[in-house]
Order: sequence, then structure tokens, then C-alpha cells
Amino acid sequence: MAKVLMKGNEAIAEAAIRAGCRHYFGYPITPQTEVAAYMAKRMPKIGGTFLQAESEISAINMVYGVSSAGLRVMTSSSSPGVSLKQEGISYLAGSDLPALIVNVQRGGPGLGGIQPSQSDYFQATKGGGHGDYHLTVLAPASVQEMADLTVKAFDLADKYRMPAMLLADGTMGQMMEPVELPEDCVHTVEKPWALTGTQGKREHNIINSLYLVPEQLEQKNLERYEKYKTVEQNEVICEEYMLDDADVCVVAFGIAARVSKNAITAARAKGIKAGLIRPVTLWPFPSEIIKKTADKVNGFISVELSMGQMIEDVKLAEECKKPVTLCSRVGGMIPTPEQVLKAIEDMEGGKI
Amino acid sequence: MAYTQILIAGFGGQGVLFAGKVLAYKGLEEDKQISWLPSYGPEMRGGTANCSVIISDTPVGSPIVSEPDILIAMNLPSLDKYENSVVSGGKVFIDSFLIDRKITRTDIEAHYVPATKIAREMGLPTLANMVLLGKVIDKTGAVSKEGLKEALAKTVSAKHPELLEANLKAIQAGMEYEE
Repeated sequence: MAKVLMKGNEAIAEAAIRAGCRHYFGYPITPQTEVAAYMAKRMPKIGGTFLQAESEISAINMVYGVSSAGLRVMTSSSSPGVSLKQEGISYLAGSDLPALIVNVQRGGPGLGGIQPSQSDYFQATKGGGHGDYHLTVLAPASVQEMADLTVKAFDLADKYRMPAMLLADGTMGQMMEPVELPEDCVHTVEKPWALTGTQGKREHNIINSLYLVPEQLEQKNLERYEKYKTVEQNEVICEEYMLDDADVCVVAFGIAARVSKNAITAARAKGIKAGLIRPVTLWPFPSEIIKKTADKVNGFISVELSMGQMIEDVKLAEECKKPVTLCSRVGGMIPTPEQVLKAIEDMEGGKI
Repeated sequence: MAYTQILIAGFGGQGVLFAGKVLAYKGLEEDKQISWLPSYGPEMRGGTANCSVIISDTPVGSPIVSEPDILIAMNLPSLDKYENSVVSGGKVFIDSFLIDRKITRTDIEAHYVPATKIAREMGLPTLANMVLLGKVIDKTGAVSKEGLKEALAKTVSAKHPELLEANLKAIQAGMEYEE
């Protein structure tokens, strides 16, 4: 199939439709509004539902409803809007419901700005709402991955009965790149738990997150964490770039990984052996490969559009074997390749 | 291996993003690796707008163009802001009808095209962007001159086929303008 030029936000929407999603609920916010705009245009033509809710909170609870009925469903927003959705996301997790939540991040905290950011990493990977839970969190670094990982996120959500988050940023949402749209990606999963009507033939199903008996609630949490263990064992995705002979290892995702690749190329041209680990799944985090890499490199540089959030997971993964430094810009600013190159040179030269 | 970084800057409403799209679609037609990244601040008509386009034989790293090989400046604030960021040996294309100064650097090549004037005289006052783009294509080879119509057809709205010919005429005028 021929490649087309698309904005990242549009690629998410089209891929979701191709993955069988026929229900979208959202509320506009820069820089992700094109997802909603695309859905508004397309859904009515294919018998789907596009609904602009009165708020982000309504939208996420509509997602809860459709997911309970066993159908593929999604919502999308940007940072402040995703904060509003956290209660609903916790309820989805507590009711073991699959769904896709897209966060095209912008600078924060508060209303922040509208330029790209990665400062919702903690919120996305450590829970975000109340209670013990995880989302699978996927971090695209190209428009192609905006499409491919949308499909992947739906599949993981259905497979494990847990919500998935696509954690992008303003750059990924707004940029256009050639993309080959996925085909044949409606992977139907049996959902015997769904509220589809008993027709008098079976016991009725209950979707619920309320357990007033502590023994029962504890049991639910334990079972959920057994499931998370399986996800951690089976679903880690990461890209390794020029890592084999690397002395300095950059860890970066999304737009920060794109910038880092330029810096690594520049470093190699200067004779510095730099490489990259790019987590594609932020949860589960590629801890194992980072741990192994710690034995071979002089140190790690976490490149992020935040004050240093992923760096904590890098440090946990490498178990204090080697130094880890932070290279970052915040507030909607993006590190330049030169800034990352300087961080690589500092680490190579022992200036850390 | 070609890795061409292009920055197009001007006022909102001058067609800065559209000009970038034409380059991007043309590059795609030529099987190149492409990225197109707009500034998406709270800009509107009359505000500032810019657009990063990378056309490459190898995968595109960062889509942000901070040191362009080619700068297209459609107003004075853009030239003031970005002239010094152009790489040594790079090329600058200037709408000399709207910008009444020359470049100050001596290590880059400047092309002065009164694009807004040419477009107005052709009765296509909104297509100064295409006039300037014509000169860019003529002088840089960032994309080939062949198959421009096909690339434009993908960029211009299908609802307005008459705009296709108008855009082509404006590009042609830019290519043929003698400095």
C-alpha cells in the first residue's frame, strides 16, 4: 500500500477506525484537536459514534460505558484534559475494562502552555488516578508509530482487559510524515464478561469497581498484579540504536529520541561511541535491557522534555551501577541535538 | 546523501504552511523521507508562522529545523530572526517586495524575488508563497521540477480544481523571474 502524508493526530484517528473502534468521545484541546476533528468527519460516514462531550470527565465515563458493552472505544486529550480524566481511568482499571486513552502532551503544570512536553510521564506510568493500577503506556516516535501503536494499544487493552495509553507529544501530533496505514487490524477478542444482554440464557455480568469487603478487594488487587507481571514479562518493546559498541547510552522516547539520534550521529562523527535505548513501551519499562547495558557502558543520559521523570526508572533499572545524568528542556521547549551532544561529550570526558 | 533542511517563515495567512506541504508532497512523490512540522502557537492571520520541512534520502531524525540549508523569508521579522541560523553555504529566498533590506552575511547565497508584487500583477495576490517556491525549486533542486502538477493536486483542495492551475502558474512565474 502506498504511503500518504498525514499529521500524527490524524494517523491515530484513522488507525483507530481501522482497528475497529467505532466509538469516540472527546473534548477539544490543543495540540490534539485533529484527532477529534478527524473522528467528527469520519465516524458518521461509517456508522460510528463521534460525540463531543460537555467535559473530559463526561467523555471518559462514556468510554467506561461503551467498554462495558464489550466494544472498542477511545478518548483523546492533552495534558490538562487527561488530568481531568484520571478518576474515570482509575475506575476503568478497577473494573478491568479495556480502552484507549490518547495523551498528546503539552507543557504543564496547570493550564501550562500548548507546546510539546513529556512531563506527564509519572502520571501515565505510575497510575495517575487513585489506587494500585497500571496502564500499558506506548510512546510513538514517528507518525508511522502513531498509527501502528494505536492498533497495538487496542490489542493489548483487549488481551489483558486493562486500559492502554498512547503517550505522544505536541510535535508528534502536529507533524506530517509519510505513513503506511495498517490494514486488516481488527483483532476481535471474545469478551464473555461484557454487558451484552443475557437473553435469559446466562447469569448476568457485573462491571464494577466497588468492593466493600476488604478481603475481596485485596484479592482483586492481587489478581490484577499477577496480570501486570505477565504484561511485564511479555510485552516490553524497545528500540536499540547503535548500542552494540556504545560507551555512552542515551535513553529517550518520542520526540526526545528523534533529537537524540541526531546527536548520536554527530557524536559518532567525532569518534565518540554513543548509542540509544528508546523505550516504546514506557510501562512495562525496558528495565532488563538497561540493566544489561549498564555492564557495558560508562553511563546513561536520560533525555526528556521534563524536569527528570523517566530518569528515575532508568536509575532503578541499572541499579546504581553507572552514573545517570539528565539532559532536558521543559515548558514546551525541546532540547537541541547540540545540547544532547554536549551531554554525551561531558559523560565521555568524565565531566559528570 | 542529500539531507535538506528547509525553514519557511512569514505572517500567518501568507501560505507558509501550504508552501511547506507542496514541498513535502513533492518529496513524497520522489520517494524521499519527509517531515513537515508547523509552528502551532496561538498564531492566526497576521501573526507569525513558520514551518520546518526536511527532505532526505535517509531517515529523518529530529523534525525541528534549527539550522536550515534553505530559508524562505516572507517578511522582515522572519529574516531578522532566522538569517543567522542558516548554515554556511546555505540559501535564503526573500520576498523583496515586503522586505526592504539585503542580507548582512557574506557566506550564504541570497535570492531576492518581489513575490508579492509578481503575484498581484498576475491577479493571484494570495500566491506569493508559490512564486517564491518556484524560485526555490529552480535554484536548489531540493525537489525536482518534474511532476509538480501531481504533487500540487494532492495539496490543493479537490473542491477547487481551478486553484491547481493558478498555483502552477505562480510557481512557473517564480522559476522564470530574472533577478
